[in-house]
Amino acid sequence: MKFVKQLLIILSISFIAEVMEYFIPLPVAASIYGLVLMLVGLVTGLIPLKEVEDAADFLVEIMPIMFIPATVGIMTSIEALKQMLVPLCVISIVSTVLVFGVTGRVTQGIIRRGGKTETQEETHAEEKSGVQVKDNAKENVKEGGVK
Amino acid sequence: MKELLMESAYFGMVMTLLTYQIALWIKKKVKLTIANPLLMSVLMIVVFLLAFGIDYDVYNAGAKHISVFLTPTTVALAIPLYRQLHLLKKYPKAILGGITAGVLTAMVSIFLMSLAFGLNHEQYITLLPKSITTAIAMGISEKMGGIVTITVVSVCITGVLGNVAAEAFCKLFKIQEPIAKGLAIGTSAHALGTSKAMEIGKVEGAMSSLSIVVAGIMTVVAVSVFGMLI
Repeated sequence: MKFVKQLLIILSISFIAEVMEYFIPLPVAASIYGLVLMLVGLVTGLIPLKEVEDAADFLVEIMPIMFIPATVGIMTSIEALKQMLVPLCVISIVSTVLVFGVTGRVTQGIIRRGGKTETQEETHAEEKSGVQVKDNAKENVKEGGVK
Repeated sequence: MKELLMESAYFGMVMTLLTYQIALWIKKKVKLTIANPLLMSVLMIVVFLLAFGIDYDVYNAGAKHISVFLTPTTVALAIPLYRQLHLLKKYPKAILGGITAGVLTAMVSIFLMSLAFGLNHEQYITLLPKSITTAIAMGISEKMGGIVTITVVSVCITGVLGNVAAEAFCKLFKIQEPIAKGLAIGTSAHALGTSKAMEIGKVEGAMSSLSIVVAGIMTVVAVSVFGMLI
């Protein structure tokens, strides 16, 4: 019965989200409104994590299956795919490399420049997971040594 | 036969679950990221339908009942995000700064390359959300007038690349901080990258999984502006 209640909460939020999508003139899908609503509910304590997490974890686990029916629709858009196959591959690959580099470098810059408090906290957090620290330290030394 | 399949509520569902099960099994055997279960499953279904001359509509008559759960599942993505939210409170500047920079890089680079390739609005919108998690990317593509199925293909290419090359990219860009590694992987290659980040380390995995949804939500906002450029 636990599952019924949890699904009820998740589906109710999905329904409210659909209503929001209908009335709010923004190009935002219902699922995004729902995601934000759920997050707000959890943060404010209106929805306790316990009351939704089992059903939510199950849904997230089987999520890839839900992409299949729409993606099979590719067979009706073969022509459209052929037309943009080269740009599709080039753009997908190049932008992934760029996003990776920029996100990593900017974050690293902020961490290293951004004062001692953050770095200290970080070391502190890592100390909790003992082995982790050693691994990272080793990796840092190794990479630092090579370059 | 066609009428029978068309009326069947289960043909499409069985096809979907069965091929996914087979794909998972293959993935377990070959242990290659390129053997992405979603793509393999789709490929099997498409080949089967084409081979037997079955229309997509016949398949989708049953399979659409699975798609219905996509919205509640996207709503459920709030739960993993909520669990990682303490990280955001701890390193607000690094996380928000890094992900914002990444999302803007995605928007600008896709815009410039689409311009260079002379893509039309539909094709441009199709590729614009390609760095983020499939569920949110599909929503954006559909809402803004892209070709949803091609968006999914692009999202998969991105994720597989990020997963396979994550460690090489970290070396290439000299990214050594665990937090920076995690955010770079999650922002550029969503859930597929995150599974690699979890192998690299605990901090990397947590950061990567946090950035999936944060980058997704930021992209929704960014696309509403960038989407109008072409």
